[in-house]
Amino acid sequence: MFGLPQSLGDDKPEPEMPCTRQPPADVAMAAREEVLALQAQVAQREEELESLKQRLAAALAAEREPESEQPAPVSPLPPRASLSRDEILRYSRQLVLPELGVQGQLRLAAASVLIVGCGGLGCPLAQYLAAAGVGRLGLVDYDVVEMSNLARQVLHDEALAGQAKVFSAAASLRCLNSAVECVPYAQALTAATALDLVRRYDVVADCSDNAPTRYLVSDACVLAGRPLVSASALRFEGQITVYHYGGGPCYRCVFPQPPPADTVTSCADGGVLGVVTGVLGCLQALEVLKIAAGLGPSYSGRLLLFDALSGCFRCVRLRGRRPDCAACGERPTVTALQDYEALCGSSATEKCRSLQLLGPEERISVTDYKRLLDAGAPHLLLDVRPRVEVDICRLPHALHVPLTLLERRDAESLRLLGDAIREQGRAVPEGAALRVYVICKLGNDSQKAVRLLQALPRVPELASLRVQDVAGGLMAWAAKVDGSFPQY
Amino acid sequence: MAAPLSVEVEFGGGAELLFDGVKKHQVTLPGQEEPWDIRNLLVWIKKNLLKERPELFIQGDSVRPGILVLVNDADWELLGELDYQLQDQDNILFISTLHGG
Repeated sequence: MFGLPQSLGDDKPEPEMPCTRQPPADVAMAAREEVLALQAQVAQREEELESLKQRLAAALAAEREPESEQPAPVSPLPPRASLSRDEILRYSRQLVLPELGVQGQLRLAAASVLIVGCGGLGCPLAQYLAAAGVGRLGLVDYDVVEMSNLARQVLHDEALAGQAKVFSAAASLRCLNSAVECVPYAQALTAATALDLVRRYDVVADCSDNAPTRYLVSDACVLAGRPLVSASALRFEGQITVYHYGGGPCYRCVFPQPPPADTVTSCADGGVLGVVTGVLGCLQALEVLKIAAGLGPSYSGRLLLFDALSGCFRCVRLRGRRPDCAACGERPTVTALQDYEALCGSSATEKCRSLQLLGPEERISVTDYKRLLDAGAPHLLLDVRPRVEVDICRLPHALHVPLTLLERRDAESLRLLGDAIREQGRAVPEGAALRVYVICKLGNDSQKAVRLLQALPRVPELASLRVQDVAGGLMAWAAKVDGSFPQY
Repeated sequence: MAAPLSVEVEFGGGAELLFDGVKKHQVTLPGQEEPWDIRNLLVWIKKNLLKERPELFIQGDSVRPGILVLVNDADWELLGELDYQLQDQDNILFISTLHGG
């Protein structure tokens, strides 16, 4: 099965060999000339490549359709009667699987799949579906490619940073398999567009990253009668299941009530390992392929849990369809799509929630803080981020006490804080008061910390002090004050 | 009088972060008048295992929305939810649903 190519580079002309009888000095000179010539050629190719990348980026941008609420129509894929010679060669390894065979491959070629989210799950999913020969892939994502995506969103690359993810993904998929039709939708899935879009596809894959979109996709699939393959990942864990298939439960059957917004952790906050989204995206592709090829899924009414740290896969049995389910029950109350951001109390497109806990007088901007710092105003800067984030980057003069330890009223941390306040207090001139500023990554935890510190009876040093938080946190510091400070 | 029970309590999907990051807990529930069910297991967990912010785990006398309860790898809804009577050597898994992608 594995054969080495019989000859490498047969079609390339042999480079001219220098005459072996030349004196050594001439040999050296000839070798030097060849190095220079090759260097020039490499430089020229690099220039060509750069110009090609720019043309591609421009072409992708030009391809972008004018912003419109309603996505462009697509015609249904015609059923296929036979495979071409090229297709037989291309899909030969899966064609010889008796479970799939020609009939299964023909079903894949006539199938359409809507992929909601072209991130860590959507990229590997789309890649394997395109490679396997699924006829049409609809790609939905409102977002653009950022450098912090590249560690897990494997269809995008450096050259396309700043481009819409759906165009970047479509370009990669076309290179992989030009026979697969990719339909990019560079917009957020909304209650206005979801139902119409879902109806145009045979199978839907939820690769989104937020609760409102998960309810929206599930309701749209129930209303349109489409199976939904849903996966999610965070930190070292992943979960995958199939909803609304063959009388099985829908998302609302399992989760009738959305979780409180402050219990939902995003990948930006909690972190995620790219391989974990990769594993889940591949499992999702497997379920989609089995449904599209007519083999039936494995995870309808079952939930697969993956724990990458322990290396364990665990499959649990979910409840069946709920007769009183608001969406798919006997007397459904969800007869049209709703306002899902209101339902979940969170946004579907905002990457970081911004908490408004403190009044403006309790906050200071990064630029004002920079002025204070430059003026040498005596103060204590308290960094409340977790240790792992402090290891990434920090302001050297900050005292570090994680919010979790403050919340637990950890005695050692409170003693540290009291000592630092007393120490800094010595530098304060007569009649002035020491100020305490709290900082975190984005300015959410710092607000919680200010509220906590205002009510800490066990640190008497704090009683008479004014405590404020630095609005926008270290990421605002990096954006507005110090361009060399890392962003993460 | 119900005899003491030995059960395995597990947390996942981030719920373990409320339990000092420990995912697996082998626990012995003391003998008591009433039989042990999930309702009083939750009270016991809150008192004996939960380290911080109980509102992120418990709401009223049940778990908060977004946490699945699995008894021996089956959704507790198939077994009577809060009223399920625990058996010796049961495995109870509390898993927080993930939304990231």
